[in-house]
Amino acid sequence: MAELLAVRGLRVDFATDRGPAQVLDGINLDIATGEVVGLVGESGCGKTTLARAILGILPEGAARIRAGEVRFAGTDLLREHPATVNDRIRGRAITFIPQDPFTSFSPLFPVGAQIMDLMKWKSPRARDGDRPSSLFARYPRGRYRADREAVLEILRAVQMPEPARALRRLPHEFSGGQRQRLMIAMALLPQPDLIIADEPTTALDVTIQAQILRLLRALVKERGVSVLFTTHDLGTAHEICDRVVVMYAGQEMEAAPTDTFFGRPAHPYTRRLLASVLGPDGEIRDIPGEVPSLVTPPSGCRFHPRCDYATAECRVERPALRALASGHGVRCHHPVDAPAGADA
Amino acid sequence: MRLLALALHRLLWFAPTLFGLLAVTFVISRVIPADPVALVAGETATPAQVAALRRDLGYDRPLPVQFVVYLARLGRGDMGTSLFTRRPIVEDLAHRLPATIELTMVAMIASILVGVPLGVVSALWRNSLLDHTLRVVTVSGLAIASFWLGIMLQLLFAMRLGWSPLNGRLPGFPPKDLTGFYLLDAALTWDWSTFGVALQHLALPAVTLAFPALATLVRFTRAGVLDAMQSNFVLYERAMGLPRPLIVWKYILRSALTSTVTQIGLLFGILLAGAVVTEAVFDWPGIGTYAVNSILRSDYNAVMGFTVWAGVIFIVVNLLVDVAHTLVDPRERAA
Amino acid sequence: MIQNVNAAWFAVTRLARDRSALIGLVLIALLVLSAVLAPVLATHPDDVFELHPSERLKEPSGAHWLGTDRMGADVYSRLLFGARITILIGIIAVGASLAIGVPIGLVAGYYHGWVSDLLMRVSDIFLAVPQVVLAIAIAQTLGPSLPNVILALSVTYWPWFARVVYAETRALQKEVFVESTAALGASPWRLTVLHVLPNIASPIIVRASIGMGFTILTAAALGFLGLGPPPPTPEWGRTIAESREFLPDAWWYAAAPGLAIFLTVMGFNLLGDGLRDVLDPRLRRSGPARDG
Repeated sequence: MAELLAVRGLRVDFATDRGPAQVLDGINLDIATGEVVGLVGESGCGKTTLARAILGILPEGAARIRAGEVRFAGTDLLREHPATVNDRIRGRAITFIPQDPFTSFSPLFPVGAQIMDLMKWKSPRARDGDRPSSLFARYPRGRYRADREAVLEILRAVQMPEPARALRRLPHEFSGGQRQRLMIAMALLPQPDLIIADEPTTALDVTIQAQILRLLRALVKERGVSVLFTTHDLGTAHEICDRVVVMYAGQEMEAAPTDTFFGRPAHPYTRRLLASVLGPDGEIRDIPGEVPSLVTPPSGCRFHPRCDYATAECRVERPALRALASGHGVRCHHPVDAPAGADA
Repeated sequence: MRLLALALHRLLWFAPTLFGLLAVTFVISRVIPADPVALVAGETATPAQVAALRRDLGYDRPLPVQFVVYLARLGRGDMGTSLFTRRPIVEDLAHRLPATIELTMVAMIASILVGVPLGVVSALWRNSLLDHTLRVVTVSGLAIASFWLGIMLQLLFAMRLGWSPLNGRLPGFPPKDLTGFYLLDAALTWDWSTFGVALQHLALPAVTLAFPALATLVRFTRAGVLDAMQSNFVLYERAMGLPRPLIVWKYILRSALTSTVTQIGLLFGILLAGAVVTEAVFDWPGIGTYAVNSILRSDYNAVMGFTVWAGVIFIVVNLLVDVAHTLVDPRERAA
Repeated sequence: MIQNVNAAWFAVTRLARDRSALIGLVLIALLVLSAVLAPVLATHPDDVFELHPSERLKEPSGAHWLGTDRMGADVYSRLLFGARITILIGIIAVGASLAIGVPIGLVAGYYHGWVSDLLMRVSDIFLAVPQVVLAIAIAQTLGPSLPNVILALSVTYWPWFARVVYAETRALQKEVFVESTAALGASPWRLTVLHVLPNIASPIIVRASIGMGFTILTAAALGFLGLGPPPPTPEWGRTIAESREFLPDAWWYAAAPGLAIFLTVMGFNLLGDGLRDVLDPRLRRSGPARDG
């Protein structure tokens, strides 16, 4: 499968009162064309930071990219000219679905105005000479009609009732679920290659979550769009992802196709995670120990302090990526080879 | 509909508030050691003449009766006669109102036009040299005594450099009286030389008045912009690669301005209060000097008249600000 | 209670790191020192009362650091004694405003219904007219003197305290800990003193600091208009008014007191800003959460 996005050795530090926190420690990540990849991990594991690093919207003063590359369709986004990235990549080739639909719209403008603002600059129908050069430049007339048609069509696709009237409404007049549908619509309008969805259903009611997820999956599969989907909820990952990658304390631990990931997890952390959600007797078993400090992180494999199988090697050296089967990679010195739930 | 409800609520409280204000001022003005009637009559008047004057002016009746009489007259639009100018107070006020309004308006517009962009820029280039300089300026702006600033400006620009006239509104003849605003009248009648002179005279007092207002505006706008910059919709717009000027000047600014609009009402209050003192420094023939002089001359009718006017203005301005806030923030409208 | 002491200490250390707040503190200290040590620091301490007509309107020199005024008195020395007046007015006026405004705000915030509405309307009345004008009216009515100025300022500034306290009390009522303590049967008094007051302390402190600056400016304006303490009291505002007819030549006569006012008010404003940055988010968070 063609590789759309390849992150290699990404290191990101955040400035804190107690010194730099190593939030991402040499992460690797691959996303193929038309693939929905789930990025799973506990709060603070760095998945949102990774998502934002790919988009290039890390907070400027606080975060520093120490090393690594983000290859998207051949170009390294980290080394490309920022204006080009902002113009051609963000909002066009790579779009974003935020976590909180309640505050991601400006409350002062109707949603239609905000969507058309996006279309003005990011419409797939815009050719290079066609885009407005400045704030006051007008929307090219002919394109406006075509763009508006496309907007209405997409609103119908996300099952928004009465699309034309909806455009005139203000954001607060919509429910959370409806606003997230609008976000999905906006993410699809520029006809992107990759959508980065940062915990898009976390802020929604449980009853609506499944609906939105299925809608998203259907739409992206129709259009052959890849998705990087971050979540701390294993259930949602299982619901819509083709592949799952699990992260812990700024390191990726395992990546596998969904069935394999949930059926035969190889990394001790993954196994623990799955067990903690539902033990064989329906019990929830916590992983002993605490999430480590990122300012003074554990050496070697960062999970070793809490791992049952840890050895001296684990403390010293970070495991290299080991390919277990096709598409199944794990970073562990002692991967487990047994079905899920087979542990004591 | 909410707008109407708001307006009604305000108007309902308008009456008792104004009543309270009048009562307080009335009591203060009548319960005083000095006897204004004697002051008016002059030192050479005999007791009989003073008594006659007192009867004449109605000051011999009991206090509550005087108050009721006053309110009745007020209802007819009669604020009484000034003890000193011997003209109806309504006339006096109307005559002097345009001067104060013109000064205040010019100061307010100037402070908005300069203050808001400075606040935005200061927030965008946070902790830059410009930002720090502005911080110093704004903190100073709120610490300088208005009257002293006026005097220092006079000292420098009028006396030492001779760039600006010392005081007053206009030497010689005013332009044709259409609105009472010299700038407007001069412009409308194409009298550009008078326009220039009037502007020159406005310059120093307007700057003096605008300075604290400017300081406040810069601070509030800066805070509003910084706040907006942290919001999620800005993050989203950045993630989607929208051009930065669009994000800043359309979305962030609108967000910041919503809070600034409420401040404009506060601003007006500050400006009016400052106008009183500034007019005194520059001999500006407006309401401020009228009020101060009336107080100093114990012209209590005039003081009452001024209080009524001030109270009404304050309440009306507050109402307008609330209305403006509702218009600017559509969330309020739809509720 | 211990929670609040800890929080207070934390606030102090944080304040110490705020450079502009420290500058404010220094300025205020300068003011206080000038006032307290005026007789010692002044080069011509008797000039508050004595006249030296032969020395009038001299430029700043070695003998007279800030020159002399129209009576020949040393401007610098009179300035120092003027600091006493300024501090006195500030402290008493703000203190009185606090004493009037805080209880009113508490009562208005605690109770609902007509009592609360009435109190807030009364404070609105006082806010309806610009403070300066009202202060002028009161001072004029009673006659120009130091106590009258203080009275006029106290009567016009208390609504600001009342409003702040009212808003905070209402906000606190909604917090769970107040509801539960009341449900446990605590009397309103106990509730107020032990629980509400410590939590509104910080906004009151911030308001008081800013209020000092504001009050001093208004006091100077009153002095300028001739409504302050009469001569020979070396009040700063009045001095500026006296100096006007001798401008532009005797510039020091007007510049010095104005600068003194500026530095003083600046000091209180900077401190108030620093206090606001430090006290408001901190104390509120660590207070109620661990309370009984």
